[in-house]
Parts: sequence; structure tokens; C-alpha cells
Amino acid sequence: MQLQFRLRREKKVNRSMPVDIAIFVLLAAAGAFMAVPFVFMISTALKPLDEMFLFPPTFIVRTPTLDNFYDLFLIFANSWVPLSRYIFNTFFVAFLGTAGHVILASMAAYPLAKMNIPGKNFLFGLVVLSLMFASQVTSIPTYLTMTWVGLLNTYWSLIFPAFATSLGLFLMKQFMEQIPDSLLEAAKIDGASEYRIFWKIVMPIVKPAWLTLIIFSFKGLWGTGSGSQGASYIYSEQLKTMDYAFSQILSGGFVRSGPMAAAALIMMIVPVAIFIFTQSNVIQTMSTSGMKD
Amino acid sequence: MNASIPEPGRVVPSPAPKRQPGKYAELWKTMKQQKQGYVLLAPYFILFFIFTAFPVVMAFALSFTYYNVLESPKWVGWENYATLFLKDEIFLVALKNTLLFALITGPLSYIACFMLAWLINELSPKIRAVVTLLFYAPSISGNVYLIWQVAFSGDSFGYVNAFLMKWGFILEPIQWLQDPKYMLIIIMIVQLWLSLGTAFLAFIAGLQSMDRTLIEAGAIDGVKNRWQELWYITLPSMRPQLLFGAVMQISSSFAVAEVATSMVGFPSPQYAAHTIVTHLNDYGTIRFEMGYACAIATILFVIMLGSNMIIQRLLRKVGE
Repeated sequence: MQLQFRLRREKKVNRSMPVDIAIFVLLAAAGAFMAVPFVFMISTALKPLDEMFLFPPTFIVRTPTLDNFYDLFLIFANSWVPLSRYIFNTFFVAFLGTAGHVILASMAAYPLAKMNIPGKNFLFGLVVLSLMFASQVTSIPTYLTMTWVGLLNTYWSLIFPAFATSLGLFLMKQFMEQIPDSLLEAAKIDGASEYRIFWKIVMPIVKPAWLTLIIFSFKGLWGTGSGSQGASYIYSEQLKTMDYAFSQILSGGFVRSGPMAAAALIMMIVPVAIFIFTQSNVIQTMSTSGMKD
Repeated sequence: MNASIPEPGRVVPSPAPKRQPGKYAELWKTMKQQKQGYVLLAPYFILFFIFTAFPVVMAFALSFTYYNVLESPKWVGWENYATLFLKDEIFLVALKNTLLFALITGPLSYIACFMLAWLINELSPKIRAVVTLLFYAPSISGNVYLIWQVAFSGDSFGYVNAFLMKWGFILEPIQWLQDPKYMLIIIMIVQLWLSLGTAFLAFIAGLQSMDRTLIEAGAIDGVKNRWQELWYITLPSMRPQLLFGAVMQISSSFAVAEVATSMVGFPSPQYAAHTIVTHLNDYGTIRFEMGYACAIATILFVIMLGSNMIIQRLLRKVGE
């Protein structure tokens, strides 16, 4: 694979040196714009208190310390709900929501991609239409629906909507369309039911797509809380997520910027780590993400 | 093509086009044969209808009522819409800000997504993976954008202030996040930083899966430089991803709220960073005027859908 790729690159046409250099400079500038806040955050998270009040402020920490992480836990030690509860809530909601989404979206994607059932174009059309508006549009009516069905202020108010996110179904359906029909035909002739085909043949093939859905869904659920929606569905403190707790306790005040950076660092580690492990699968899935015109 | 005779092993794709007496019976038979498919569809679509489709319809219906959750809704006709556009000055501010966000950050982030993906595509695979992570990281790392709050902090310890003071551009610290003059721009910068998300990944993936023989063929046919290659070969073959990316960017650029609320607070000073979504949350979750909030939601829905339709039509002309 590697060798093949190199050969192709050497054959590259239409490239000139000055433009290559200009592109490199442009990418470096954009990269710096993206990276500086992260460097700043890590540096702030490691700064001792006295270094925060230096003027002019230093960008890179001189004597790194873990005091801010310690302070962060100290702040939570005095709060009414222990930090462990927030951590549990976040993991519970993120894991259950992601697992359900991956399973339900794959189940629904299979008939849409590979079976000829009446009404499937209509259903898929609705999903595509719902990609075109952000979920904020439905936040108020959804809130009312939750009140009526009694889901308000339960974990399920975060988990159930996550099950039926439209992006996941869209990506999964596009990916499943690549599966050769002959493979499924063969299984059908051997007498396998659609459930069996789905579970034994389709699901293993679409593994890259699950991993993609996992990163998207997990990222969404992991960050619920401070945003408009999560905050309005859940009002009891014991059910709130880490993200909400962090942003509420640390909001405002320069003095707390150290612990705040520490909290942000803790929050970003998990989704970024998942992305690192799934990157190539994500790219593979996204290559089928186009909309037909 | 006689639709009444099923091919062996396959099922009739659609009911017969002619109005035969057996049309519905035929359809019903097909549906019964495919019942396993409906069983697989059901769980997802039940939830989808409850949490996405039904709320849209309900928002539209409730937008013609006065509804405060405690009493049952009262029909008021177009009153909510009339109030929004004629009496609610704050809504007009919110509308203006939202359109500004969408018109500036929307196209900028879309172009940045594509250009960066295109440039990254020239790198070798290992470096490409690292750079992709770097560009994609802001959009997945949750609350990290709060670090911008520290950078733009209003005292002389804020990085931007300290830097500008040290080099003599300003004499005293600027209240970046309190001054309506700067607020919007700062939120736009942060929004741009956050905006390399799903669309960006789709572009990278689209570029990688592109048929390379097309480019070689193009070179033989007289494509002279990479810009021509971009316009005549790359863009047209990326059209499906471009459409998908546009949809993702448009819906997110109209929904700016979270960043604004956590950076400059709610309500923002002089409503300088007020958007339709913050207005929606104000009436929905604080004042509990649900009918009014639903009218706001309906307007947002129409704007998002309308701009998607327009952009999609424009994108179909790419490379022609």
C-alpha cells in the first residue's frame, strides 16, 4: 500500500515549487491559529497561581505544577454533589446513548439501504430534511413532549433523543449501500432471514461506520450540559453532567482560570483519544457521506 | 417492465403505476413480505418521530397560539408573528446578528473547510493524520473554547490586552467581552475556530477517495495547473460531499448560541451577541411563553431550510 502510494505521488502532475511553498506557509499559519488555544490551555492548566499574576503574562509555563487539578477537586469537595456523581452521570449518558444510537441507526439503515420496502424513500427523505436544520429548532417542542411523556429530569431525556440522531442514520445508510447485493442474495438463497443477514453479515462489514457513529454520538453526549438543551431538560443537580458542573462552578473570574483550564483539559482528553483511535475508520465512512444531486 | 410480475428473488420496487383494482392489495402484500424490514426500522423511526418530526409539526401548530404550559393553548392566529416582526425590537437585533453570523462565518468556514482539506490532501499520510487531528480537535473537545475567554479577559492580565499594551497599541485594557463593538467579532473568531467539524472530515474523505486517474487524464487533456485541476476535476467529482458539507455548515452557522452565551453571558450587554437561538431559549425556557417561542423556532426552521435549498441549487453549478 505504502509503496503504491509513493509511486503515485512521484507521478504528481501540475505542481510548481513556489505554490507548494505558499501552501505550506498557509497551512502552517492556519495550524498555528488552531493550535495556539490548546497550547495556551495546557500551559494555563499547569501554571502556579503566582505565575498567573505576572505582567506581562507569560505564554508558556515556567514552573509547571498540578496545583490547578488539585484546586479543581477541592472546589468540588465543597460542593453539594460529589464530583464522582457528575462523572458517573456523564459516562452513563454517553455510553448508553452511544450504544443505543449505533444499534438503532444500523438497524434502520439496513432496510433503507438494501431492502425494497414501500415508503423507504419517504422515511429517508425526512432524515435528510432533518439534517438541514439544527436541533435547536425543536428544542422547545421537544421540551414540551418530554413534559407530557414524563421524561423531563431523567437520564432518558438526554439518551432517547441521542438514539434517533439523523446524522448517524444518514452516514450508516450511505455506507451500507456499498455492500454488494450478491453477498446478501447468496445468504437469502441459503435461507437466512433478514435479521440474520443484518446481524451476521451486514453488521461486521460496517464496523468502520459504527466507529464513526461512536465518535460523533459520544462527542455530542459527552459535551451535553452547558449547552441550551441538556441544561433545560435536567434540573436536579444530581443528574447533571460533568460538563455542566464544570462550566457552572468555574464560570467567571480570572482567579479560576487555572482550574478552568484543568477542567477543559480533562473534558477534551476522552473524545480526542477516541478520535485518534478511530480516525482512519472515520475517514473511510465519511467518503460515502455525499448527498446525491 | 411489467410491475405486476416480481423478478425472482427481488421484490417489486414500487406499486404499479396504473390505477388497477389490485394496487393497494399489491402494496399491502409487498409490505407484508418485507415485514422484517419494518421491524428493523421501527425503533429508530418511532424515536425519530417523537423527538424530531413531531416537534417540528407541533412547533408550527403552537406558533399560532398563546401557551404558557399551565393553561391550555389559546388560538391567536398570526399575532405571534406580527409581534415578532413589528413590536419585538430585540428579535430584530437577534435576527440581524444571526444573519451576520451566517453570512460571515458560514461561507468563511465552508471555504476554510474545503481549502484546508484540499491542502492537507497533498501531505504524506502520516503527517496528514496528525494535521487532521489538529484541525478537527477544537470541534470535538467540548468546552475548550472557554480558553478564549481567558485570552480576551478584560483586565491587563488577559493575553490580548497584555500583548497590545506591551507593544504600545493601547494604553489601557479593553473590555473585549463586555464592549458591544468587539463582542460579535470575537464570537465569530471562536466560532470559526470551532467550525472544522463534520464537513471538514467529509471533504478530506472525499478527496482521498477521488479517482486519481481522472487527474492524470486531465493533465493529458491540457489541465495546466492545480487551480484548473481544482475547478474542472476535483470540485465536480466532490459534488456529493460539497452538498453534504454545505448542509452541515449551514445548519450550524444559524444555530450559534452556546458559544455566545458562555463567552459574553446571557443576555449579552446591549444584546450585541443576541441570536435567534438565544431569543428562543429566553422565551421558551425562562419566560415560558411557548407559543411565542414556537413562532421563533418556526422562523428559524424556515430560514435554515430556505438557505439550504438555495445553496444546494448554487452548488450544482460548480465546475460547469
